[in-house]
Amino acid sequence: MAVSSPILRVCALYPDLMNIYADRGNLLMLERRCAWRGIGFRLTSSSLGDPLDGSAHDLYYIGGGQDRDQRLCAGDLHEHKRTALHEAAARGAVLLGVCGGYQLLGHSYALDDDEMPGVGLLDIRTVRERGPRLIGNVAIEVTLEDLDAGGEDSTDRAAPKPRVLAGFENHGGRTYLQAGAEPLGRVLKGHGNDGRSGYEGTRAGNVIGTYLHGPLLPKNAWFADWLIATALGVEIGELASLDDELEHRAHESARRAAGLAAA
Amino acid sequence: MSASTEAKLAVARVAGAISRLRGGGGTSLPGKLLLRMEPHAVSVLAGRLQRGSALISATNGKTTTAALAASAFGRAGVSLVHNQAGANMAGGIASTLLSASRPGMRIDGELGLFEVDELWLDRLIGELSPRAVVLGNLFRDQLDRYGELDTIADRWSAALDSPSGLRARLVCNADDPLLADLGRERETVFFGIEDDSLSLPGMSHAADAKHCRRCGAPYLFEAIYLGHLGRYHCPSCGQRRPSPIVYADQVELEGVRRARFRLTTPAGSADVDLALPGLYNVYNALAAAALATALELPLATIVEGLQSTGAAFGRAENVTVAGRTTYILLVKNPAGANEVLRTLALEDGEHDLLGVLNDRTADGHDVSWIWDADFELLAGRVRRVVCSGTRAAELALRLKYAGVEPWRIEVVEDLAEALDSAVAGGELGTPLYTLPTYTAMLALRDLLVRRGEAKSSWQ
Ligand SMILES: [Zn+2]
Repeated sequence: MAVSSPILRVCALYPDLMNIYADRGNLLMLERRCAWRGIGFRLTSSSLGDPLDGSAHDLYYIGGGQDRDQRLCAGDLHEHKRTALHEAAARGAVLLGVCGGYQLLGHSYALDDDEMPGVGLLDIRTVRERGPRLIGNVAIEVTLEDLDAGGEDSTDRAAPKPRVLAGFENHGGRTYLQAGAEPLGRVLKGHGNDGRSGYEGTRAGNVIGTYLHGPLLPKNAWFADWLIATALGVEIGELASLDDELEHRAHESARRAAGLAAA
Repeated sequence: MSASTEAKLAVARVAGAISRLRGGGGTSLPGKLLLRMEPHAVSVLAGRLQRGSALISATNGKTTTAALAASAFGRAGVSLVHNQAGANMAGGIASTLLSASRPGMRIDGELGLFEVDELWLDRLIGELSPRAVVLGNLFRDQLDRYGELDTIADRWSAALDSPSGLRARLVCNADDPLLADLGRERETVFFGIEDDSLSLPGMSHAADAKHCRRCGAPYLFEAIYLGHLGRYHCPSCGQRRPSPIVYADQVELEGVRRARFRLTTPAGSADVDLALPGLYNVYNALAAAALATALELPLATIVEGLQSTGAAFGRAENVTVAGRTTYILLVKNPAGANEVLRTLALEDGEHDLLGVLNDRTADGHDVSWIWDADFELLAGRVRRVVCSGTRAAELALRLKYAGVEPWRIEVVEDLAEALDSAVAGGELGTPLYTLPTYTAMLALRDLLVRRGEAKSSWQ
């Protein structure tokens, strides 16, 4: 490894409240995949009323919660943690928001008669509209330019090859990308941000939001590795390879559930 | 009530008979048909029950609680109309009432005892005007179908505050803060556990409903028994767990086989030796005992009823497969799975397991819940595990990340092949533990019935 005894420092925001879609699975995935490679893993949490250090962590994670809990967190996030999160994003730390956490990374979430503030790191607005929740298996196609230009086994370094993220979505809010926002991916199966645009998630540098749970990382081990590498500031090729047979099968299973053919 | 209603009952009965002839278990089909012809059939038929109805709802343990209560009422000589096959939505309950109804506006049974799906409780309270409503627990379950716990609690609260709801005697788990808050302003029969030796070191990850419904502050727990069930108070407004009048102490858990405890009701105390395992079944027994207490059965009868109840369909039931004792332990959500895993962990040694994860509608299409269940309890305790079902590989991956070595894990999607592999691959003379989700449990039982290893549930 290029880095001598690196440590991945992860901060989970509101793990006691924003954990409804098995968000623990995402953290466990990061932890084990670091441990198996001899990379240190330090997990810190920051909940209601706790301070947040924008310089102390490589990856900040926020999951989904019930409406009431999300409202509590939105207020706290806005009041006590927004500045730290902007500082973290500016220095290139990875911020990953899933579901409710994704919504709170945007400007706002309008729910019935009130509006929750977001931290404004993603140029998105979310609105709870009439109509059913968007629920179901989902698969999206993402292109991460710094991942593997030319694809996994290719020597062609010309164009980045799209990859699939598979998961499950369950959200009442519709998320609309504003002028400055780039989607995380293109919907292959499922609803995505608003059920119409054909886009899912949002990405601004290393700040990433998505509705995919299931949870996200166990269904997409390759993405967990991309997050680890990006958060540590190393090339993904520098991470030791692991025996990922079960990880591949789980990914295939989630793709199949979404109605996508095997890779 | 009219002659035309009798005619509709006859039509629906015939439809039921035809469906059974075709070999369909189809317990809710005739009821659904009846409801289409007569939308208030449940109300009309239940009105014939001399002693009225009692409803039982909960995320986990509805079927077992109803079986325990049925056993106590049976001992007391009360004849029941009971949806024991577990069809617990309006159609299933209409079917149950239909098959008990007799010509001349009569019904074969005095008391209706119905387990009710969480999302149907409000409507059925309106239809049935029950004498008693039992609320057992509310855990996170199938978010794609049930939604948030708060939403269910709000619906239950509104139904209990309706005229039919207010007439019902509420029987409620004092240890579940979300439910206790629904029972505070009325004359509720609270039940709970009073045994600090059972307290867990901390709240499990799957725990929910930790906020005071009155003021929104997080509850503080002095003791946690199971998930978010325990002894708690609100540091902000002072709300605390109500004192249960039906409770268990001196609890002793004996692996996957039995549980013992001392039961106290206003009539006194008695020792109970339950042929069902785990603390979750102690809660089910308490719920049944509290209902029986509310409906004035004597303590001795209640105890006999509890003690003579065996495992309900697929819930810790055991059968012999190719010479091996095979336990069927239903797992369907994090809180329920955790209790099964905790109970399994009480058994010594390394185990042979068959886990079956399906994602059909009755299981929930979203399988993310397996990451909220504490499969870590199995680390170091698995000799071999076969993973099966529509999402077999994802269960296998969960076990790998829970600390089960990958070489102990086999993925076999087809259930029949998986069962063969699990039975043959293990040690003769040791038990096989199967952990199926709901539709997997039905499929597994079907398979065992066809092989002559288990009895049909439709008998
Ligand atoms: Zn309070």
